[in-house]
Amino acid sequence: MDAIISVKNLSKTYASGQHALKNVSLDIRRGEIFALLGPNGAGKTTLISIICGIVNPGSGIVLADGHDIITEYRKTRSIIGLVPQELTTDVFESVGATMSFSRGLFGKPPDDAYIEKVLRDLSLWDRKDTKIITLSGGMKRRVLIAKALAHEPRILFLDEPTAGVDVELRRDMWNMVRGLRESGVTIILTTHYIEEAEQIADRIGIINHGEIILVEDKHTLKRKLGRRQLKLTLRNPISRIPEGFSEFKLELTPDGMTLVFDFDANAGETGIAGLLKRLDERGVDFSDVNSSESSLEEIFVNLVRNGN
Amino acid sequence: MNFYAVMAIYKFEMARMWRTLFQSIASPIISTSLYFVVFGTAIGSRIGDIGGVTYGAFIVPGLVMLTLMSESISNASYGIYMPRFAGTIYELLSAPVSSMEAILGYVGAAASKSVILGALILVTARVFVPYNIQHPLWMVGFLMLTAVTFSMFGFIIGIWADGFEKLQVVPLMIVTPLTFLGGSFYSIHMLPPFWQKVTLFNPVVYLISGFRWSFYGVSDVDVRISLGMTLVFLTVCIVLVWWIFRTGHKIKN
Repeated sequence: MDAIISVKNLSKTYASGQHALKNVSLDIRRGEIFALLGPNGAGKTTLISIICGIVNPGSGIVLADGHDIITEYRKTRSIIGLVPQELTTDVFESVGATMSFSRGLFGKPPDDAYIEKVLRDLSLWDRKDTKIITLSGGMKRRVLIAKALAHEPRILFLDEPTAGVDVELRRDMWNMVRGLRESGVTIILTTHYIEEAEQIADRIGIINHGEIILVEDKHTLKRKLGRRQLKLTLRNPISRIPEGFSEFKLELTPDGMTLVFDFDANAGETGIAGLLKRLDERGVDFSDVNSSESSLEEIFVNLVRNGN
Repeated sequence: MNFYAVMAIYKFEMARMWRTLFQSIASPIISTSLYFVVFGTAIGSRIGDIGGVTYGAFIVPGLVMLTLMSESISNASYGIYMPRFAGTIYELLSAPVSSMEAILGYVGAAASKSVILGALILVTARVFVPYNIQHPLWMVGFLMLTAVTFSMFGFIIGIWADGFEKLQVVPLMIVTPLTFLGGSFYSIHMLPPFWQKVTLFNPVVYLISGFRWSFYGVSDVDVRISLGMTLVFLTVCIVLVWWIFRTGHKIKN
C-alpha cells in the first residue's frame, strides 16, 4: 500500500490532562478520500492538527509523503492544505488578497491564473474584491477552501467542511472534492453527516476516546458489520412467531404484521429459501417482501455505543 | 528561506496600516504635535536652554522616541495577537514558515510602520520647533534599532497576552511611565543625585540619551553605553521570541 500519510503510535495529552490521542496508528493511501468519523471530542481535530503542525505531538511519528512532520516540516507542510472547522478568516481582507496571502505563506510565487481558476471553481471570482466580513457563512466556507487550495496541496484536510452549509453548496463542495481526487489530491475529511462519508469516501476510519476503533474500505465495512434484513409483510396479524421457526433469527413487529429476518448476505446459505419454504408449509401467508441493509450511520452508532 | 512567506506576512501587515491610516498614522502625529505646541512652543519658551539646546528642540528626540516605542509595541503586539484572537493563526502554524521568517514578517512590518511614523513626526516637529541633526546616520541607526527592538518586545507581549486588557497593560503601565521618567522632557542631570542613580536602572534612558546625542551631540549617558544597552535589550527580545517559537509556548497546544 502506498501511504501518503503514515501515523505511528501517536499519543497526545493536553496540559489540562485530557488524553486526546492514545497510541494512534493510521495509514492514508495516496489518492484516496478518507473519512474520519467520531463523536465530538473523539480526537479527530487533534489528529488533524498534529499532522498539519498546529498542535505539538506528544509521542509517536507522523510521516507525510515519507517526510517527518517535525524534522522536515517545510516539505510536509508545503504539500498539505487545511480547511479548519471554525470560520476563521481575516474578515477585513478581500477574498483575492487573502488567497494571495495564503499562497505566499506556503512559499509559492504569485500565480494570478491559478488563483482565478480556484476562485471560479468555487464561484467566488465575482467576489474577489469583496471584503470577507460582508460574505455569508457559506461563502466564507468557500473562501476557507480557496485558501487551503491556494498553494496547490497534494493532501487536503477538510475538518467538518459542510457544517452549517446549505444543501446546494454542500453538493457543490462534494463535486469539487471528487474533482480534486481526480486530479490526484488525497482528501481526508471529518464530517458529522455520515451519509456524506458513505457517498463520497473510499475508506472510513472511526475514532472514539482518542483511539482508532477501525479502518476499513467503505464497502467491506458495510459488508462486515452491516445487518441485512428481510421483511415480510403478513396478510393477517399474528400474536407470536409460530412453532417450527427456531432455527431462523426472526423478530415480530409489535403490530404483529411484519416478520423481520436477519441474515448474512455473505454466507453461502442465507436461509431465505428455507424460511420461505417453511412459511409456506406452515400456512403463514405474506403479501410483500423487501430486503434492506444497515446504513453507515447505523454501523457507526453501534460501534461508538459499544465502545462506550 | 521562505521568502514568499516573509513578503506575504509583511505585505499583509502593511496593508493593515493603510486600512487604518487615521489610527496608525494621523492619530499619533496629531497627539505628538500637541506636545510640541504645549511643551515646545507655549511652556518651552519660558524654560531656559538645556546643554545649549532650546527646550523646544530638546524634547524633539524624546517625543519621537515616546511615539516610536509605544507604536512599535502596539503594531507588533496587535499584529500577532489578532490572529491568535480570531483563530487565523492556524494558517501560520500550518505553513512551512520558520520562526525567523515569521519574526521577519511581523516585526519587520511593525518596525517599518514605526520608522515611517517617526520620520513623519520629525517632519511635523519642524513646523513647530527648529532643530538640527548633527549625526544623521546615527539618528537613523538609533531610530531603526529602537523600532526593531520594541517591535520585538511588542511581539512578545502579543504572544503573552490572553486578552485585550493585557495587551494594553505593558505599554500603558510600564513603557509610558519609563519613557516619561527616562528623560523625554528633561535631562537626568536636572534630577537630585540619588534619583540620577535610580534613573540609570531605566533602560529607556539609554535609548533617549543616545537618540538625543545624534541630534545635538549632547547626552545624559555615553553614547557607546546607550548603543550597548539597546543591543542587550534587542538580544534579550530575540532570545525570548526564539524560545517561544521553539516551544510553541502560548501558540501551540
